[in-house]
Amino acid sequence: MASEAKKALFEPLVANNPIALQILGVCSALAVTSQLSVALIMCLALTSVTAFSNLSISLIRNHVPSSIRIIVQMTIIASLVIVVDQVLKAYAFEVSKKLAVFVGLIITNCIVMGRAEAYAMKNGPWHSFLDGIGNGLGYSLILIIVGTVRELFGSGSLLGYQILTPVSEGGWYTPNGLMLLAPSAFIIIGLTIWAIRAFYPEQVEKPDFEMQNAHNAPAHGAAGGSH
Amino acid sequence: MKMKVFRQGGFLHLPNDNIVKTIGVATLLCLVCSVVVSGAATMLKPKQVANKLLDKKSNILTVAGISNPDKSVDELFSRIETRVVELSSGNYTDAVDVESFDQRKASKDPEYRIDLSKDKDLAQIGGLSKYANVYLLRDGDAVSKIILPVKGYGLWSTMYGFIALEADATTVSGITFYEHGETPGLGGEIENAKWQKSWAGKKISDASGVPTLQLVKGIVDTGLAGSEYKIDGLAGATLTSNGVSNLVQFWMGENGFGPYLEKTRAARSQARLDQPLTSGKG
Repeated sequence: MASEAKKALFEPLVANNPIALQILGVCSALAVTSQLSVALIMCLALTSVTAFSNLSISLIRNHVPSSIRIIVQMTIIASLVIVVDQVLKAYAFEVSKKLAVFVGLIITNCIVMGRAEAYAMKNGPWHSFLDGIGNGLGYSLILIIVGTVRELFGSGSLLGYQILTPVSEGGWYTPNGLMLLAPSAFIIIGLTIWAIRAFYPEQVEKPDFEMQNAHNAPAHGAAGGSH
Repeated sequence: MKMKVFRQGGFLHLPNDNIVKTIGVATLLCLVCSVVVSGAATMLKPKQVANKLLDKKSNILTVAGISNPDKSVDELFSRIETRVVELSSGNYTDAVDVESFDQRKASKDPEYRIDLSKDKDLAQIGGLSKYANVYLLRDGDAVSKIILPVKGYGLWSTMYGFIALEADATTVSGITFYEHGETPGLGGEIENAKWQKSWAGKKISDASGVPTLQLVKGIVDTGLAGSEYKIDGLAGATLTSNGVSNLVQFWMGENGFGPYLEKTRAARSQARLDQPLTSGKG
């Protein structure tokens, strides 16, 4: 595989993760991760939408008038999301009921739109397709981490199989109710970002403003004179 | 001049900011997308409808307590008798065909719809069909469970479900929701099997017949008097919980299945008086 293709596919996993580095698509990462099985279907749905929207936008990229390009992208993304939603309703009815509105909300997921605008409009179809898959997988990676932690500690199970028997069923484990609520996902995503940035210090953002010692600062430009 | 451009290189070779090309691309895109979307919707429709029906049936079986993963839903469903009741009188009716009657459609059909005034519309459904389905599970000749379709507004959506009552038409034997758009993990926990189980054995109303069953905050202390009229509320979903309470009180009350339940209870105590020998069993 050419290095450019490899980069498109694997870079979004950790080095340029859409959730952890770009902080995009956090909304659905909070909403659908209280059960791992639901999170997995959401990952599949988002990955396929990102991949195929990138592919189709890249195919027509040389003929998209720049004045209507955002509308063109939105139309393609929205159509794909509806198709995915219909397929889920037909072939994975139970899960589609659990995902409820969140499949439809893929339309507004910044990852899909962001990749279309930033990558697919400038690169060929094959690489765009891989980039879509890569970013979908990067999103999936975070969702799987969050979903695993939340389901395991919130309900004591994984993919529906009981692992820690809760007290209510005669076991020893007291489920952590916070894990079933959305705030826990914020905490887990935050810890994940911390862990990733501990291994990749170059991902740490520079502070917007630098604190300066008032005594040593030059008299004429105390507020960020270096800019 | 434009014609010349067309002849030389065709539509695709027009500059991208050309107005003809802009409109042309937009039109083409819309055409392609609409074909894809409507194609998918039409082709998958039969499968989706079948899924919904199967889901409804299996929910009736679950709430009746006779679901069995080893047997087909249709086979098990043959034990259940579907009837239509006129809500205002509480009598069974033959005015509509049981097989083809669709309560959801009927509630929007002016011929069947009854609009509810604000003070009566506890479940916030606006109106309802004057006829309603009831499903009876029979044990031999005797009805062992009465399954009633219910719906009501939660936080985001109308919640559709079934309540199963024991033959006494007062004791709850189960509840299930098969369609709703509540927040997954919070209000969506109305689908939680364990919570649904906690409904079994609760009473919808006291001796007066006025429905009092409701969801309360926190965990119900089963030791206290009146706990049979209370159910654990859903954590983090106060408005959905209120919606469920309202839905139960509406459908079990006088504008819902109240008259039907009243008649069923009366017929049962009548039958008991007629046969004093078997009444010992309760």
